[in-house]
Amino acid sequence: MSTATGQLALPPAAPPAPRRQVFIGTALACVAGTMLIGGMLSIWVLLRERVVDSGGRFPVDYIIPEVASNVMLMTVWALCLFAQWAVYAGARGDRAHTALALAVSGLLAIAFINAQAFVYVDMGVEINETYYGVLFYAITGAMLALVIAGLVYSTVAAFRALGGRLGETGILSAHALYWYFIAIAYSAVWFVVYVTK
Amino acid sequence: MTTIDTRADTAVGSDGSSALVSFFAGAASWVVTIDHKRIGRMYLGAGLLVLAAASVVGLVLGLERADESSALLDADALLQVFQVYRVALVFGAVIPLALGLSIAIAPLQLGARAIAFPRLALTGFYAWLGGFVLTMSALAANGGIGGGDADAVDLFLAGHGLMIVGLLASAGCVATSVLTTRAPGMTMRRVPLFAWSALVGALGMLLALPVLFGAIVYLFLDHRYAQLNFGGSEGIAAWIGWAFSVPAVAVFALPAIGFAAETIPVTFKARPAVRGVAFAGIALVGVTALAAVTQQFVHAVTFDTSGQEFLEGVVPMLIFTGLPLLGLLIVMALGALTAKNGLAGGRPRISAPFVFGFLGLGMIAVGLVGNLLQSITDLELLGTTFDEGATLYIVDGAALAVMGGVVFWAPKLWGRVLPDKRVLPLALLGVLGTILAALPLYIAGFLDQAGGLPANDADVASILSIGDVEGEAIWSILSLVGHGLVALTILAFVGLMFATFTGSGEPADDNPYGGHTIEWSTPSPAPTYNYEHVATVASPTPQLDLTHEGSQS
Repeated sequence: MSTATGQLALPPAAPPAPRRQVFIGTALACVAGTMLIGGMLSIWVLLRERVVDSGGRFPVDYIIPEVASNVMLMTVWALCLFAQWAVYAGARGDRAHTALALAVSGLLAIAFINAQAFVYVDMGVEINETYYGVLFYAITGAMLALVIAGLVYSTVAAFRALGGRLGETGILSAHALYWYFIAIAYSAVWFVVYVTK
Repeated sequence: MTTIDTRADTAVGSDGSSALVSFFAGAASWVVTIDHKRIGRMYLGAGLLVLAAASVVGLVLGLERADESSALLDADALLQVFQVYRVALVFGAVIPLALGLSIAIAPLQLGARAIAFPRLALTGFYAWLGGFVLTMSALAANGGIGGGDADAVDLFLAGHGLMIVGLLASAGCVATSVLTTRAPGMTMRRVPLFAWSALVGALGMLLALPVLFGAIVYLFLDHRYAQLNFGGSEGIAAWIGWAFSVPAVAVFALPAIGFAAETIPVTFKARPAVRGVAFAGIALVGVTALAAVTQQFVHAVTFDTSGQEFLEGVVPMLIFTGLPLLGLLIVMALGALTAKNGLAGGRPRISAPFVFGFLGLGMIAVGLVGNLLQSITDLELLGTTFDEGATLYIVDGAALAVMGGVVFWAPKLWGRVLPDKRVLPLALLGVLGTILAALPLYIAGFLDQAGGLPANDADVASILSIGDVEGEAIWSILSLVGHGLVALTILAFVGLMFATFTGSGEPADDNPYGGHTIEWSTPSPAPTYNYEHVATVASPTPQLDLTHEGSQS
């Protein structure tokens, strides 16, 4: 076979992705995310303990907007419900309901981001003035980044599921799994950062 | 799109194209490759080069230790040079080497036609490479732990963050591949030992590195905006220093252990004994991930007390440092059992990969023993050179085993066989260098010589004071010679690889070492998508089964 012929020959087809690959990959990402948030909360608790043991207040003089933080908690758990609805509808080939569930998931993620922005503005924590500022922005910022990643995931899942692959519910299940992880991670952040005084 | 489109991985130029066009086309096909073998080779090549550079830096630091009055390095730069050495050794060498071998070989061993999420694996490589370059640049600009330039310290932390993201992405691809892309019939119990160790190592990284990333996020924000919580640039060592030392490095070295376990049955032409227990042994070494992230490596083990106080110290010590050592001993014992079974059937075929793997495994075992001893507070080894010795044993041992892996699977990756006569002396030189580099540090540790990751110039002065003590500078000189031998070994190995793979090496047949696992059924070198037809696997050693069937018929 000549070189020219070899060049024109069709290359081997890319192998199809095995089933559940996206789901397993997402599960592993959730494990890494759990370790990230767990590790950051551990450092938070350690430093908080040091401040309290030395007679200081933690947080210093900031008032935590409990309504907004509680609404954020309800939002992420509601998100799980809608993400699971997308799985249910996708498995039955119901395009309209899948689209609706994913759209609401995305909207709730945006609502979470909006509420977090409200918390930042309302509390007015200065990052460079107290020991609390850095810790607060680090942990809530990491959580916010994970939610933004979830929003991107919802968008990708919508394109994949509605773009002719509705029957393949792997990505919808993986998307739901990611939001379950976010809900659990935020519950821990909510309790440690916003509830524990 | 036409039906005669070519892919980046398979296009090689045409009859009429100039050499320059062919070169750029070839280079471009590497830059955007989604072939896991190429991604793995890029990790391996970069890791070997960094390891050689790190050994040279270790050599220079050894010179400084042996003679404190040496003017080889600027005194103000020593703090950064120590960090260059540690960062290069762990994040620049052992992790990319182990991960690169996993990416290149694990999918082949699984009978997969591609790695899971290949673009993510490639992105991970570039993120790691970019992060490493940024980290080194930061250290060159007076950054790093205890650095004097605030922006460079921030860059040092950001570089580490980028490296971690990249390594996590690639590790996730390896773990997902082992869990989802196995050939038909290949249950988890039939997965080859190396692929299993790649899975455990990747999971260990997924458990340990995010914790490090979280600490870096705190450190970065604190150092950039406040410097109130973590002790400024000098405080960084206390929060991330665990990642550059034992026990964390043992997790990163796990695939090297799996490779060593893989070569024993091949060498002795026997089925691996009680594979399930070997799986458990490799998994036990992974416990070091938990030891690292929980920082359970300081235990109040005092032998002159008894009862509850003793138990409170010794139980966590046995769990976090004893179990990994037990796991490695299990792997070695089963290897010995396999060898015994094999010797009953005929003479073994001792090859260079086996020697590399066997000696590397031994070095890692000595490092894990050091890890166990170091955790006993009564011995007062923490903060001494003992820690550096244990780290060096594991890193160099893992590097030796990975080099063995490169030799073993070179037929599948390059289509060439590295000649045993040339490679074997390098294995012996490498192990001699490792022992000379690390053992004196163990001895100096018992003599209370300061060591570890320095956080400021005072720490550096303390570490360099080893040369002042009469009679004890010999350990520093011996370690210096060892570093030189390791550097020489790696440079010679890279040179030999280059010479062999660019034309002078002999072409390999499909199974030159008599391997037992499925990757030896595909041609050498393995085609872009590994297998034209993926066979159904009916046992953990399909190639060995074929050999036996052939000899019986």
